[in-house]
Amino acid sequence: MTPKPRLVEVRQNVLKHNDIQARALRERFRQAGAFVVSVVSSPGSGKTAFLERTLELLKPHYRVAALVGDLATENDALRLARSHAPVKQIITGTVCHLDADMVTKALEGWDLNEIEFLFIENVGNLVCPSSYDLGEDLRLVLLSVTEGEDKPLKYPTIFNTADVAVVTKVDLASAVEVDLNLLEYNIQRVRPGMQTFHVSAKSGSGIDSWLQLLQQLKVRRRGNSVQTLRPNAVSSVGFS
Amino acid sequence: MHELSIAISIVEMTENEVELKGGGVVNAVHLKLGPLAGVVKDALLASYDMAAEGTTLEGSKLIIEEVPLVGYCPGCQTESVLPSIQSLTCPRCDTPISRVVKGRELEVFALEMML
Repeated sequence: MTPKPRLVEVRQNVLKHNDIQARALRERFRQAGAFVVSVVSSPGSGKTAFLERTLELLKPHYRVAALVGDLATENDALRLARSHAPVKQIITGTVCHLDADMVTKALEGWDLNEIEFLFIENVGNLVCPSSYDLGEDLRLVLLSVTEGEDKPLKYPTIFNTADVAVVTKVDLASAVEVDLNLLEYNIQRVRPGMQTFHVSAKSGSGIDSWLQLLQQLKVRRRGNSVQTLRPNAVSSVGFS
Repeated sequence: MHELSIAISIVEMTENEVELKGGGVVNAVHLKLGPLAGVVKDALLASYDMAAEGTTLEGSKLIIEEVPLVGYCPGCQTESVLPSIQSLTCPRCDTPISRVVKGRELEVFALEMML
């Protein structure tokens, strides 16, 4: 008798390994009381400048640290280290995104109990990072006013997996004649209910409201240590 | 372009699964892919042969079933298929949907095997 092909049921998430690692990270962060924020955007949207400001303003009040992903160079880590916060560069080589394994490895040697806010700057890329959960509490997607109002429509998946949108370089808004209402409308189309901040890392405008949210969320999580703010890392439900 | 990493994950996962089942030859891997998975179907198909080369899955096929995007409308209190990931609003009443019910799948759901 010749063998016949048979269909065998499997049901396995392809990114299962990453999801397991991310869950373990989330658990470690929670136990240590570290609130973790990841930042994604296109190259050049101002992730590093935004984080420089954020670290500088948080540093006097909180124990902060950062991981920075890039294909090459340690330039961004050097910039963030000026805040005197512990910073580590993750050089991904040719890999276009960070994954939970890279974060786990980068955290070796750090005592998470000593960190209140950890920022993870992803590789500049609006496509690939959307698939990988890093165990973060909050995912920010940044876009600068120079990128065009239709950016959310061009990259809906990354906007959909993020929790908060930050429009950067608003000091240039009038020079580039961006329609901020249209930009907001497009964000809401791909991610209904998403909270948006308008900031300028250069002038500092808008940074205060962002820091307020961060502190509120950290307090809220402390009072609610079991549940995660991102029950499903890619849930589309806002936390408002 | 992370489809090659995804394809390698599919191959590794399938090899583990086959080992757990006590071995066998895989003719095809069936995958469910949602429009919000962030993976491009054609790029994944092109990467799969490369990822399978030199493994026990060499020569097998990747068969992709595209899953529709389904959202829950808080207005109509029903689930509907959404025509585009560019507009997560209810096709009936235009209310922004509050939850994506289906559409993020990146899941191997069956293997066609010679047992």
